[in-house]
Amino acid sequence: AMEDVSAKFVSQKISRTRWRPLPAAALQPPDLFATGSWDNEDNRISIWSVGDLGNAGLNGEYHGEPRLLCDIQHNGDVMDMQFLDQERIVAASSTGTVTVFRHHQNNQTLSADHRWEKAHYHVDQDTSWGGAACTGVVCNNPEIVTVGEDGRINLFRADQKDAVRTIDNADSSTLHAVTFLRTTEILTVNSIGQLKIWDLRQQRNEPSQIFSLAGDRVPLHCVDRHPNQQHIVATGGQDGMLSIWDIRQGTMPVSLLNAHEAEMWEVHFHPSDPDHLFTCSEDGSLWHWDTSTNVSEKPSFLHQGGRSTAYLSHSTMNQSVVSAWLSNDPTKDRMEITNLIPNQTLSVNSLDVLGPCLVYGTDAEAIYVNRQLFA
Amino acid sequence: AGAPLTDTVPLQVVPGADPSARQLCFAWGPAEVLVCETLFGRAGGFRSPPSRFWGEGGAGAAARALTGSVAGTGDGAPSSSRVFVVRRDQDIYIQTLRKLFNESHGIFMGLQRSEEELAGKSRKAQLVQVSKNYRSVIRACMEDMHQAAVSTRDPALQGQYSTQVSILSAMELIWNLCEILFVEAATAGPLLLRLLDWVRLHVCDVDSMVREVLSSESPSKHKLFWNVVDVFVLQGRMDEARHLLSKEASANPTSMNMYKILDDLMKKMPVPNLGNTQTLTELELKWQHWHEECQRYLQDGTFASNPHMESICKILLGDEDAILEKKELMTTWYHFLVTRLLYSHPTVKPMELRFYAQSSMDLFLGGESSPEPLDMILMAAFEFEMHQVIKECSIVLSNWWFVAHLTDLLDHCKLLQSHNLYFGSNMREFLLLEYASGLFSHHSLWQLGVDYFDHCPEYGRVYLELHIERIPLSTEQKALKVLRICEQRQMHEQVRSICKIMAMKALRNNRLGSALSWSIRAKDAAFATLISDRFLKDYCERGCFSDLDLIDNLGPSMLLSDRLTFLGKYREFHRLYGEKRFPEAARLLLTLMTAHIAPCSFWMTLLTDALPLLEQKEVIFSAEQTYELMRCLEDLTAGNPDKQKFQDDDVETTKVEMLRLALARNLARVIVKEGTVEGS
Repeated sequence: AMEDVSAKFVSQKISRTRWRPLPAAALQPPDLFATGSWDNEDNRISIWSVGDLGNAGLNGEYHGEPRLLCDIQHNGDVMDMQFLDQERIVAASSTGTVTVFRHHQNNQTLSADHRWEKAHYHVDQDTSWGGAACTGVVCNNPEIVTVGEDGRINLFRADQKDAVRTIDNADSSTLHAVTFLRTTEILTVNSIGQLKIWDLRQQRNEPSQIFSLAGDRVPLHCVDRHPNQQHIVATGGQDGMLSIWDIRQGTMPVSLLNAHEAEMWEVHFHPSDPDHLFTCSEDGSLWHWDTSTNVSEKPSFLHQGGRSTAYLSHSTMNQSVVSAWLSNDPTKDRMEITNLIPNQTLSVNSLDVLGPCLVYGTDAEAIYVNRQLFA
Repeated sequence: AGAPLTDTVPLQVVPGADPSARQLCFAWGPAEVLVCETLFGRAGGFRSPPSRFWGEGGAGAAARALTGSVAGTGDGAPSSSRVFVVRRDQDIYIQTLRKLFNESHGIFMGLQRSEEELAGKSRKAQLVQVSKNYRSVIRACMEDMHQAAVSTRDPALQGQYSTQVSILSAMELIWNLCEILFVEAATAGPLLLRLLDWVRLHVCDVDSMVREVLSSESPSKHKLFWNVVDVFVLQGRMDEARHLLSKEASANPTSMNMYKILDDLMKKMPVPNLGNTQTLTELELKWQHWHEECQRYLQDGTFASNPHMESICKILLGDEDAILEKKELMTTWYHFLVTRLLYSHPTVKPMELRFYAQSSMDLFLGGESSPEPLDMILMAAFEFEMHQVIKECSIVLSNWWFVAHLTDLLDHCKLLQSHNLYFGSNMREFLLLEYASGLFSHHSLWQLGVDYFDHCPEYGRVYLELHIERIPLSTEQKALKVLRICEQRQMHEQVRSICKIMAMKALRNNRLGSALSWSIRAKDAAFATLISDRFLKDYCERGCFSDLDLIDNLGPSMLLSDRLTFLGKYREFHRLYGEKRFPEAARLLLTLMTAHIAPCSFWMTLLTDALPLLEQKEVIFSAEQTYELMRCLEDLTAGNPDKQKFQDDDVETTKVEMLRLALARNLARVIVKEGTVEGS
């Protein structure tokens, strides 16, 4: 519900928001997130605290806005950003540079740990080495994979100076996003509506599989993989359409779901409760897609019931509703779809979910934190 | 409060540019003005002083809002000319104010969406709420700015922040008054209560004194005790005044009676209430009665032994001199006005305000000081001269934010309809256009400007078209955002131009695939043809296709241009050939020429591609197909205006000869084969 959301206007357009990952077996909700900005003369990576539970009210509800812990200048727009581990953040820049920042928690400062200058570049006819925007980054410590407008795929290791592997001209159109399918395979989406699987063990500079939207080749902007069932992949397109793919079969999406009226910038399965999926868009909306089937047991965002004490309670249900995302007609009585931001006008560029917490950032220069998604 | 909008008129309009030494010329841009020094001396017919052109179109604020920056300087020699980039809205560039711009944008959009159908009271309540929301954003911003001023160590920066705090505070003061008088349009009775709230909220110079006295060990012994009691009385905070007085009373048992009487008078003072349970006449009657009672006590010398209490009693009676004696405690003439109204004319009607306001200002200033811009603005509000308020604010404030949003709100209150400006659009639209243009000149805030232009029915569209083309497209992502704005508004020309720019960029970077997707997005057939030709040229040079992932997946977009169709089909031929589906490949190859899908310039390549098919062990081209191939070859060599070229070029001649030979041999083979097949 909206009243659980705290907002802060930050005087910079936010391109990315990311929760700091929780240590294994942690029970407490996340308390720290990072943001990246874009289209400012001076762009920044910032670390925010959402306070401890000591500040929470009697009913466990959280009041008070996010607090800035530290920030650091970032050269160019922050195009994408991922936590490598609890202390390091990898940022993709519009200049083509990829930077690893370290968050020093003892004195609350940020520093640049390592930088791959112009990891993405164009071989321009006039100037020889123009940087090309790095559009996507994904981490699986210590590995970092980046993609860019130059159609290039880079594989870095956090501790190595040079790229471990580079696939030049991997794609003739712009690569918009990347994610890990398995430890050695990655998924990319591009501006001609293709989803590609790359096996990094193979030396061939070709994708091992290509999936494609039928009809108009609507560009795809984001991709995420189901955390437990790796064959289920969700992508978001320029027309705001959510596509669900089963990469075991066929070359076309299993279902196309219409929600947003403009570019879908990010799509995320809930990491521990993947019946829930979240998408945000240029049209200023943020949708929650809920496929948990048992309506009576399902916690709803719509009614304010009692507090939810265990946000992980659904993971046990997953086994029985294995293919909720792959059903032929997911819209039919199986999915509840809720817009979490009524009346927003400017783009929601990024969102992240972890535990009961949602954080998102907008072009209206505000960040929002909802600490009670499943209340 | 009493914010110092004290800056005097600037002597220099553009810092650094001196019209007395050099003749200046200028050019208007949508968001900036370029001013440059000419080579002409001052003597040449300098016609209009620069301050004149800022005044045009009522854009007085511009004159205040200038930031001159030297964009380019010469070598410093006296003959070199300088160009100044002059921006029209200075405050747009203040980082802390971005919160104001962004948050108020949401409120503005809500107001545009709000339902006009809501009738009477609920519509008014809605508009008052919108007004309050705007004010709370100003206040939040003020607090941030104050925090920034407190926490910075840089005295220059501190000064800057403090100035901003006082400007924001003045804006809120004016807005609040406009809210009471125009938006809520409070009527006699409630009007006074609202004005009292207004004074209490904004006259905070005495707050620290009040705090000091109240927190002291024994307030009644404090040297400022009576001052604080007076402050409470002057602001009509009767309960607080009585509470303080009761402390003093218990310390002076001898004058207990006197305190009791004063306390009783203060308690009994009739005030308008908002519940509408009493009519104005009832109130006036009660008030008259109470007034007479006060008069009696004053005249029979009840308070004669205590000058403090006597003066309070005089204030209760609305004695102007007694109130004016407390000038320092009121700090402003408008506080004096409200206090005066409270104790002399509690049922003042809106239209009577102007008389009291004018005389209060005259009495308060007493000819010692002249009214400042803020005073003039408030006076205009008390006079219900809405347009004057907006005009004065435009001149004095260094931003368009305030006048644009206030005017829009007043317009939604249906208060400005009759007023049309001579240049076409109304005042609301004019101010919104100015504000949004300022946003567009900012590196990051341009996105906000779009929605403001959308709500300017007359010129918004044109402004948007002009501005949107000037947004630098640094990344594809940004281009997509700009493109979305244009597409949603059916701005076809801008859509085409953005896609073309991006396609050109991609082409320069040898990103043919990206280039093609941009031209497909714009449905730009000509550019798709251009890119297809690049693909084909690359193929001819290298003998293999680049970007197969794209060409193999063109889908329906293949139909965008003939050349693109050819590219897709030609690639299909290669795939069929690669898969050894020779008859299909041959049929397709022939169709490409006979159906005139292939450009003539490419026929030779296609015919050459036919060679290996002609040389296959098995016969692939039928007799009829072979005749057609021959006709294609002859058409090409005969009808080609470049005939000369073939003759001169040995390689080409050899190729033609080889083709003729292969075709002839194929024909021979196929005649034998077809004859055999038919015969058997």
